[in-house]
Amino acid sequence: MPSTLLEKVWNAHAVRKLPNGQTQLFVGLHLIHEVTSPQAFDMLRGRGGQVMFPDRTIATVDHIVPTKDQRRPFLDVMAEDMLSALERNCREAGVRMFDLASGSQGIVHVVGPELGLTQPGMTIACGDSHTSTHGAFGAVAFGIGTSQVRDVLASQCLALEPLKVRRIRVDGQLGSGVYAKDVILEIIRRLGVNGGVGYAYEYAGDVIDNMSMDERMTICNMSIEGGARVGYVNPDDTTVEYLRGRRFAPQGDEFERAAVWWRSLASDGGASFQDEVSIDAGAIRPTVTWGINPGQSVYVDERLPKPSTLPREEREAVEEALTFMGLAGGDPIAGTRIDVAFVGSCTNARLSDLREAARVIQGQHVAPTVRALVVPGSQAVRDAAEREGLHRVFLSAGFEWRGAGCSMCLAMNQDRLEGREVCASSSNRNFKGRQGSPVGRTLLMSPAMVAAAAVAGEIVDVRTFSRAH
Amino acid sequence: MPIEKILAVSGTALPVRGTNIDTDRIIPARFLRSVSFDGLERHLFEDDRAQAGESHPLSNPAYHGATLLVVNANFGCGSSREHAPQAIRRRGIRAVVGESFSEIFFGNSVALGLPCVTVTPEAATDLQSAAEGEPRTSFTLDLQTMTISTATVSFPAHLPAAAREGFLDGSWDATGLLLERYTEVRHVADRLPYLRGWR
Ligand code: SF4
Repeated sequence: MPSTLLEKVWNAHAVRKLPNGQTQLFVGLHLIHEVTSPQAFDMLRGRGGQVMFPDRTIATVDHIVPTKDQRRPFLDVMAEDMLSALERNCREAGVRMFDLASGSQGIVHVVGPELGLTQPGMTIACGDSHTSTHGAFGAVAFGIGTSQVRDVLASQCLALEPLKVRRIRVDGQLGSGVYAKDVILEIIRRLGVNGGVGYAYEYAGDVIDNMSMDERMTICNMSIEGGARVGYVNPDDTTVEYLRGRRFAPQGDEFERAAVWWRSLASDGGASFQDEVSIDAGAIRPTVTWGINPGQSVYVDERLPKPSTLPREEREAVEEALTFMGLAGGDPIAGTRIDVAFVGSCTNARLSDLREAARVIQGQHVAPTVRALVVPGSQAVRDAAEREGLHRVFLSAGFEWRGAGCSMCLAMNQDRLEGREVCASSSNRNFKGRQGSPVGRTLLMSPAMVAAAAVAGEIVDVRTFSRAH
Repeated sequence: MPIEKILAVSGTALPVRGTNIDTDRIIPARFLRSVSFDGLERHLFEDDRAQAGESHPLSNPAYHGATLLVVNANFGCGSSREHAPQAIRRRGIRAVVGESFSEIFFGNSVALGLPCVTVTPEAATDLQSAAEGEPRTSFTLDLQTMTISTATVSFPAHLPAAAREGFLDGSWDATGLLLERYTEVRHVADRLPYLRGWR
């Protein structure tokens, strides 16, 4: 019977059906970081348990690391405590860790793929909702909570409900200045922030097929913002070539054998999906969020919704968002003033993102009223960018060039918004208070759009901005 | 781990209105800067409370001691932080009733023995109004009959079968179950191409 990738990977990792109907699923790769793992190790110790497959867990540090001065001990005592706890736990359990001195540290969802740890056909779990990123390789990857981190440490397994699969086809041609970020924001706007609950999203169609791995990761990363815990792309030549030669990818003959297996996992022609959605790429324009969840977005040349023209059930949520954002219904989004520009996060801080942002600002300068920073997703991204001289482009344009980490995506470190500041951000969440100030405001967009906004001091259409400069 | 069956939750209710209330609002990220969950309950909805002033239900002493939380759609969306249900549970809440929940939030809550049951949008609003009208109203969520009721009204509630069974027979804490069959786990691992050197 033709099957989907999800079914194939699920079945290969199913240990048994549990009495309650859930599946006990083996976790092939477990990624941990400093925020959601210390309590899990404590719970495990409290029960006298130990880590069952220490070589299948990999750690890095990302959320709390300072991106300016990374000397140890950190000036931030709490951050130092959290990192020390992770180091101690990893040492005691025999878990490999990529720390600041490793040259391979970075945001967990950037590091896993670039080291070749993330591979097609794996089940991957991490105490972080953006674990869906790894689905770009045709892995089944999902975020878990701390109690489940404990379960994976103890048993390398999880108890899970089966997922339905929705295939989202994106066909046609993306216009210039339109990026993977715009595609996923479009999907979330159309299907809603909870439209994906209970589903895995399979992304398919010409546009996805032609995307690089970086772009596919951007798409899969934000599956969770649409409510889908899992998002994936079928493995193909692009996937295989990305992995060839990576540090933890199979080497030599083994690589060729692996590639055969990887390709065999793609959903079969004729596989059945619980749902299918089709999107015309040609219609997508650069997208900007104006509200307090990632589904509240408009194209850069559109106007904000007017509550008075909306059906009753939508009105209240739109009013709440506009009030929080200090924006007026009916106004154009272009021209909205910004205070901060942030290029970073596991959504858009890979090398190709930095290249696009640098291309837009080449030879220009950040507006005097704007504080702008670039935070590479990993030390490897930072090194590669410096080899290309991208850091010089950013620095001479007036951007700060930082060390790798989550930074202002969620502000568990020193990087944060102050007061009512408005931030043009390449990250994934515009929730109230997300960027550190309870009343700070976030507008999500592609890195190129962030770069253009940094120079203009306000939201501008990157398509005309690039032509004009 | 002692087996704790959860058959019903009774008490007064805390109504928190709003769709898409995300985990950053339930517990802002700055309170995750710790290696334990201790004290999280003090910061439950902290920024929402600050912005709403006295009008936030959690700031209203009338709801003190509530054991049920009544919410609307897509509650707990956003991050995977278990800190969110931890903060709720540590505040004394023993069950959440709402229109719908994010998947990760739901799973995290099950792992803590905190049932999250769904009701229709109308029922959620009616229950919230009942608690707002008379904060001392007593509610009972019965997981055997799957109803949520007060002395005057009763609504059907829903919970996926697996989670419900877990609460009823006390097996909601999965770790023990997952540790039972080591040989079968080993067997699956040994069959996976990437763990057997691609042979
Ligand atoms: S970059 Fe942001 S979304 Fe990604 S892991 Fe870090 S905090 Fe989470």
